[in-house]
Amino acid sequence: MDQHTTARIGTARDADLKIADKTFTSRLILGTGGAANHAQLAEAITASGTELVTVALRRVDPGASGSILDVIERCGVELLPNTAGCFTAEQAVRTAKLAREAFGTNWIKLEVIGDEDTLLPDPVELLDAAETLVGDGFTVLPYTSDDPVLARRLEDAGCAAVMPLAAPIGTGLGVRNPHNMALICENANVPVICDAGIGTASDAALAMELGCSAVLLATAVTRAADPALMAAAMRDAVSAGRAARLAGRIPKRHLANASSSFDGMADL
Amino acid sequence: MKIEVNGEAREGIATITDAVAAVTAARRGIAVALNGEVVPRSEWDRPLADGDAVEVLTATQGG
Repeated sequence: MDQHTTARIGTARDADLKIADKTFTSRLILGTGGAANHAQLAEAITASGTELVTVALRRVDPGASGSILDVIERCGVELLPNTAGCFTAEQAVRTAKLAREAFGTNWIKLEVIGDEDTLLPDPVELLDAAETLVGDGFTVLPYTSDDPVLARRLEDAGCAAVMPLAAPIGTGLGVRNPHNMALICENANVPVICDAGIGTASDAALAMELGCSAVLLATAVTRAADPALMAAAMRDAVSAGRAARLAGRIPKRHLANASSSFDGMADL
Repeated sequence: MKIEVNGEAREGIATITDAVAAVTAARRGIAVALNGEVVPRSEWDRPLADGDAVEVLTATQGG
């Protein structure tokens, strides 16, 4: 699907994605982790058609050549800082405040993880941090488990979106619990962004078909053999999945249903 | 006076501005924590005390 077709679906058949006070034509958010270098990352960002990319906050590297901020500026996309690596609400809140100071944005992708092996969200710390940050004026986009009850609690806390995982970060396993993902989408009054665990284009399409408003992925693109080509595939998959969702799929049936009528069949 | 900047002990650092200059020439996209608390840029000339730990942070690739 070319840019023109994507835009036509965006305007003729679909509304833009609205998160808090911002609107986006693209429903793909790209994480920047894992890219081999800045040039490759820039190609992937451009090919993906994304308008929003995530970054982490870390100690400055005196030996670094060039800043990812320059890449983001050159690509003309917006930046979404994350709190990756935080294990407690206190750490995450401090990191969010540092990100606000560094980048002049009150948007934060809130990540509070429970352990290093699964990188699964710690729901207790996550909700605690979300409440604190919303109270402090942040636009909070929490990375959460695929738990409909927790998603509702995060929405009730004032989060601008909820971002349930498809599968653990970096696994590429795709949507492990489509039923939960669909339930979260049915119940939410804020955008549901499928975040983490996407492996390939069909995973992203499925997330959109289940009702997600957008997909956030990083590793699936940055660590693909050809990141720019996979970024283009993800762009098309998200568009196709969204269109299929809006189009209304046929119900699944146990037995066949002939598409050619038996009426008027010749007696042979 | 010993000040720790990004985990390394350093001498001759009197303010946060000095601490930032010790690790980077960049000013855009930089945030500073002093002993774990965010310090707004307007307060970077505040004098440091012996044993203070300064974190100088910026954007890096991340999901």
